[in-house]
Amino acid sequence: MKTTISYPTKEAMGKTGSWRVFRPVLHEDKCIKCWMCWVFCPESAIRKEEFPKIDYDFCKGCGVCANECPVNAIEMRREEK
Amino acid sequence: MVAIKDLPEEEYVLEGNAACPGCPITIALRTVLKALGKDTIMTVPASCSAVIQSLYPKTSFAVPTLNIAFEAAAASASGIEAALHAQGKDDVTVLAWAGDGGSYDIGLQALSGALERGTNFIYVCYNNQMYSNTGVQRSGATPYGAWTTTTWTGKKERQKNLAEIAMAHNIPYVATASIAYPTDLYRKAKKAKEIKGPKYMEIIAPCPPGWRFDMSKTVEMAKLAVETGAWLMYEFENGKLTFNGPSKGIVEGSREPKPVEDWLKMQGRFRNLTEEDIQKIKRDLKEGWEFYRKKSQLF
Ligand SMILES: Cc1ncc(C[n+]2csc(CCOP(=O)(O)OP(=O)(O)O)c2C)c(N)n1
Ligand code: SF4
Ligand code: SF4
Ligand code: SF4
Ligand SMILES: [Mg+2]
Repeated sequence: MKTTISYPTKEAMGKTGSWRVFRPVLHEDKCIKCWMCWVFCPESAIRKEEFPKIDYDFCKGCGVCANECPVNAIEMRREEK
Repeated sequence: MVAIKDLPEEEYVLEGNAACPGCPITIALRTVLKALGKDTIMTVPASCSAVIQSLYPKTSFAVPTLNIAFEAAAASASGIEAALHAQGKDDVTVLAWAGDGGSYDIGLQALSGALERGTNFIYVCYNNQMYSNTGVQRSGATPYGAWTTTTWTGKKERQKNLAEIAMAHNIPYVATASIAYPTDLYRKAKKAKEIKGPKYMEIIAPCPPGWRFDMSKTVEMAKLAVETGAWLMYEFENGKLTFNGPSKGIVEGSREPKPVEDWLKMQGRFRNLTEEDIQKIKRDLKEGWEFYRKKSQLF
C-alpha cells in the first residue's frame, strides 16, 4: 500500500513570526535565568543561550513567556508596521 | 524531581508549526517528547494535533508519526506495538496522542480494548475539554456550564471521568498532569516510559480560542485549574493513588483551594453561569475531592 509521507521541517507553516502583533523583548538586566519562558514557549522559539534567545522568525507573539516570567524581564511591545 | 534548567534541550515540536499562538498542545507535547526521546513512534487521530503538523510534504513533528482516523488512536497503537514486537524492537516507545473527543467519545472502545489487551504503550489524552479542531463542540469532557457551539446556553451535564475508567482496567500506571507543572509532567512521562504494559495519562490543556481567554494566559489557566481544585494531579501505580503538587493538600483537606470563581471568571465560556450554577460547580468539586480522599485511603 502506498501512503503519503511528510518529513520533519522547521518552518513547515512558513515564517510564523509574521503572525506577531506584540514582540517579546528581553531585559537581560532583570533575567534570573529560571528558564520558565523556555519551558513554556508553545512555539519552541526560545533557545537556551547565555540568556534566553528568542527566534523572531517564528515567535508568534502569544505573550506566554512574558506572562510566566517571575520577574517581568520580558516586555511585550507592539510591532511597528 | 528534575529542575527546569536540566530538562533536555532537544525539540521534537519544530518552530514554524500551524498551532494557534498560545496553544496548550505544543506546550504539553514538547515536554512529553523531551521525556520519551527520539526512539518514539506517535499515532495521532483527527484533532488539532493533526493540523498543527501543517501540510504535506512537511511536518512539524520530529518523531515518526502516523495520522489516523478519529476513532483509531489506540487501535493503531496496538498495531504499531505488535509490528515492533514482531521485529524485536521492544525498546521503541509507542505513544498515542489524542484529544478528549478522540478519547472520551469516539475512541473510547478502541482505548478500552487496548488497555484490556495489555498493549505496551502510552496513551496520552490532552484534554482541552471540547472538540477544538472543528470549532468548539461539546465533548464528554466538557464541564458543566461551559459554552460551546453545541451547548450555547451552557452544558447541562457533568463531564465523565476517563482516568477512573482507565483505572478500572487494572493497568499498571495512570497519571493526570497539567501543562503548568512541566517537571511533574516530565517525571510522569519518564516513569510511564519505563513501565511495561498500558499506561494512561491525561493532561489539562486550556485552549485560548475555545475557552475564550487571552492567549498569554494558557499556562496561568492550567495552574489555576490545579490551585482551585478544578483539576487534580495524581498518579495511580500498582493500585496506589498519590496526589501531586497543590492537589495533595486539597484532597487531604489540609490546603484551602483558591475560589473556583477565580478560574471560571477568566474564561468567556463560563460568562453566562448563574450564581446557582457556580454553587453547583463548587458542590461537585467538593464531592470529587471527598471521593478521592477516601479512595486514596483504601490502599
Ligand atoms: C469519524 C469522524 N467524525 C468527525 C470528524 C471531524 N473531526 C475532526 S477533529 C474533530 C474533533 C477533535 O476533538 P478532540 O479529539 O477533542 O481534539 P482537539 O481538536 O480538541 O485537539 C472532529 C469532530 C472526523 N475527522 N472523523
Ligand atoms: S511570545 Fe509566545 S511564541 Fe514568542 S517567544 Fe514568547 S512564548 Fe514563545
Ligand atoms: S522567565 Fe524571565 S527570568 Fe526566567 S529565564 Fe525567562 S526571561 Fe529570564
Ligand atoms: S484551537 Fe486550541 S488546541 Fe487547537 S491549535 Fe488552537 S490553541 Fe491549540
Ligand atoms: Mg479536545
